[in-house]
Amino acid sequence: MKLLQNIGKYTLMLTMVFTKPKKWKIFFSRLINELDNIGISSLPIVGLMSTFIGGVIALQTASNMSNPLLPKYTVGYITQSSTILEFSPTIISLILAGKVGSNVASEIGTMRVTEQIDALEIMGVNSLNHLVLPKVMAAILFFPILIVFSMALSMLGGWMSLMISDLTTTETYVLGLRAFFNPFHITYALTKTVVFGFLIVSISSFYGYYVKGGSINVGLSSTQAVVSSSIAILIANFILTQLLLLS
Amino acid sequence: MIEVKQVNKSFNGQQVLFDINHQFEKGKVNLIIGQSGQGKSVLAKCMVGLYEVDEGQILFDGRNFTDMERFERSQIREEIGMLFQGVALFDSLTVEENIMFPLTMFTNMTKGEMQKRVDFCLDRVNLTGRNKLYPAECSGGMQKRIGIARAISMNPKYLFCDEPNSGLDPKTSIVIDGLIKDITAEFDMTTVVITHDMNSVIEIGQNILFIHQGKKWWSGDKNSIITTDNPEILSFVFASEFMKEIRSIMQEKRR
Repeated sequence: MKLLQNIGKYTLMLTMVFTKPKKWKIFFSRLINELDNIGISSLPIVGLMSTFIGGVIALQTASNMSNPLLPKYTVGYITQSSTILEFSPTIISLILAGKVGSNVASEIGTMRVTEQIDALEIMGVNSLNHLVLPKVMAAILFFPILIVFSMALSMLGGWMSLMISDLTTTETYVLGLRAFFNPFHITYALTKTVVFGFLIVSISSFYGYYVKGGSINVGLSSTQAVVSSSIAILIANFILTQLLLLS
Repeated sequence: MIEVKQVNKSFNGQQVLFDINHQFEKGKVNLIIGQSGQGKSVLAKCMVGLYEVDEGQILFDGRNFTDMERFERSQIREEIGMLFQGVALFDSLTVEENIMFPLTMFTNMTKGEMQKRVDFCLDRVNLTGRNKLYPAECSGGMQKRIGIARAISMNPKYLFCDEPNSGLDPKTSIVIDGLIKDITAEFDMTTVVITHDMNSVIEIGQNILFIHQGKKWWSGDKNSIITTDNPEILSFVFASEFMKEIRSIMQEKRR
């Protein structure tokens, strides 16, 4: 019952978020800030994780290839396909749900408990549109860039780990990266990313915006935001895979 | 003028306000007083539309706020300035940006015109030159004054102040009270102040509404509050020995 109530409240919130901004100039200035807060500030963590996990994927694949019938370029192929299909769009989005989601929920939640949202409302500002729309748009616009960056670094990490361990040659690895490459997989990955970005920021904003009480509740709402947006990502991942890859 | 007509409000089946009727007069400092949990803040929040009333009307110069759509309410809200109990300044913005915020949002002023207005408002609250500070760098009293400067930046017709003196020392409280009284007269606003501060009642109470158990219990001005025999008011306003003494001295003077 509570879940249904929250879904209804969330939908109503979205109708208020997606309205025309009062002043486009203010919206664009806030959007630039949010691109920095949500997007650019996530580059280091995304880069670090992608490089190391790409390296580990390549090493694990190489260490499990005892069958002499398997071509040597399989390591590159598996690194490429697992990175593009699942690791970069889904796992990195789950990491971003933690980083960005908790940040958004606590920022908006603190504004709620310190009456800053009430101040906006009394001024006649649509607070949901003013606070949430730039964040949602920043996530939709910048998450695909982060994921492409993650894909590139993950494959680079795979190459570096293989070179350090002397498990294959650059030519064989690159041949594997290019083998059976399906450009639609990039479209699939980026479509998922846009949906995940929207879910992370909108769900986290929802928990922050409707928080009641004080700092303890802001902390709780932050946790709830991360848990709920992670679950939403997993469900959306399953549905989108069914729709885009299997239909 | 703001008129409150037969306002009722309840939360989860528990009634908080019962048939409140009152007129908040233009050009005067109107106080809402009462003990904690009696419904003062709920009434103020109903008046500015943060809570919806269950029954009754709120009229801003004859315009029925309760029946308005969101868009129409936005227009009235542009005429309202509010000073919150916790001030509610935007902590990521400087003092200047805080005061400028409503101007950028709702006017087509040039940067120069906005700057002039900000300087005027800061000057009015005796904070000239503090433009570039962040709220966290200001004292409690300064934050209240910045809050007042932001509230008056749009030249509002109606000013709401929720516990303007909470957390302030007596001297700063007097400064804030004086400021509220002066700007009310200067801009001919309808000012509504929610307060617990008995000093404020005596200093600036031009039209006082006393709320008790969610009902309008008494109304009058600062002179009549001293002479009233209403037991609830006496136990609230003149609760301390010190205040009782002041009352007897003032009554003596009047004789």
